[in-house]
Amino acid sequence: MINSLLRYIFAFILIILVQVLILDNIQFSRYAVPFLYILFLLILPFETPGWLLLILAFVLGLTVDLFEHTYGIHTAATVFAAWLRPGVLKLFSPRDGYMSNTRPSISDYGLGWFLKYSATIIFAHHFFLFYFEVFSFHHFFSTLWRVIVSSAFTLLLVVLSQFFVHKPRTE
Amino acid sequence: MKNLLNLIYKYHFFLLFILLEGIATSMGIRYNLYQKAGFVAFTENISAFFNESISSFSDYFNLVETNRKLSLENTILKNQLQRVYRSDELFFFGENDTLHRQKYFFTSARVISNTVTRMHNYLSLDKGSDQGIQPEMGVVCSEGIVGVTNGVTRNYTSVLSVINLNFHVSAKLKKNNYFGTISWDGSDYRTVILNEIPYHVNVAKGDTIVTSGYSAIFPEGIPVGTVEEASVENGSFYRIKVKLFTDFRHLTYVDVIRNLQKEEQKKLQSHD
Repeated sequence: MINSLLRYIFAFILIILVQVLILDNIQFSRYAVPFLYILFLLILPFETPGWLLLILAFVLGLTVDLFEHTYGIHTAATVFAAWLRPGVLKLFSPRDGYMSNTRPSISDYGLGWFLKYSATIIFAHHFFLFYFEVFSFHHFFSTLWRVIVSSAFTLLLVVLSQFFVHKPRTE
Repeated sequence: MKNLLNLIYKYHFFLLFILLEGIATSMGIRYNLYQKAGFVAFTENISAFFNESISSFSDYFNLVETNRKLSLENTILKNQLQRVYRSDELFFFGENDTLHRQKYFFTSARVISNTVTRMHNYLSLDKGSDQGIQPEMGVVCSEGIVGVTNGVTRNYTSVLSVINLNFHVSAKLKKNNYFGTISWDGSDYRTVILNEIPYHVNVAKGDTIVTSGYSAIFPEGIPVGTVEEASVENGSFYRIKVKLFTDFRHLTYVDVIRNLQKEEQKKLQSHD
């Protein structure tokens, strides 16, 4: 229990550091801006209670906002994504539900399931984020294009990150 | 009472979501509507620490370009000095010089973080209030206009970049002094939009745009860019696409402009 708690704290710090120290400093293009930090929300255990999910999302978004000088924008988008997560999990749940002792990962539920699950949440998060940032529907299609390209980029990084995670047990 | 508690318990997930989302969106809306200098100053201290260490590393990659620009600027300054000496004028005046009325004072600063891909782009500088920088001072580089300082801590400053949706500055056509407002439309970090130029004015591609000096933040004549495209919109005004002189992807050193007579100018202008 303590062990897994420590692992999530470590993951939180690592993901934030990768986001603000590396990704925020590499400017690939105006259209492709990856927000990998949402990964933390994706990998939380199935049993995480709703209230904890929302509070963690709030803290996660606020931390990113602090570094990016965008007060409230990332927080709002991340809380929104956290609110959607239980519904998305229910929508894509396998026939017998989620087994205990498993985590939302490629190794436990396969690539297809993971892509569906994370793509939905990433797209919702980015959609909220980019439109809230522009704060109008004035540039509707150029913003939508940014949402799609950036979501694809984030999804790619999220999937890649799955192969870096050490698998402690398989039984 | 018990029913109410039950209800809250039943819908606690949704209620908590509404609460947190409410806090976050009101923060975001306030941020979108006006700049919160106080909050910027608070968070600047934290993020500046990280950014400075990255910047000191990435500066090496820009050394060649920076050297070229510095030597170019040196040449220009030397030329000016030559002219000054020949005309027997004094070039450097003290800051509190009441005789010569020096109006602007420049402070050099290094850029420690910078973004170009967002809708609200900011820079951070490694100088702050200890070095005489205050909010609402103009920032320029050797090529042209960069932005306006908005949050200042003792040793760091955050700068609202020209390529930020909240940025506005008064600018004019250099050749005939017609003035308008520069703002950014969020589409490309190399171009800004000049509005409010009446359509009877002769605007040609390649015309130079400079600051007008009406705002007490920038002196008159700071280069902004050249006209790339002018189209008439809504009848009587041009919408002019201006190609910026400043390359925001390669900013390393900038100058912060302190207007020594700002209070005086603002006091007068606030009466009308």
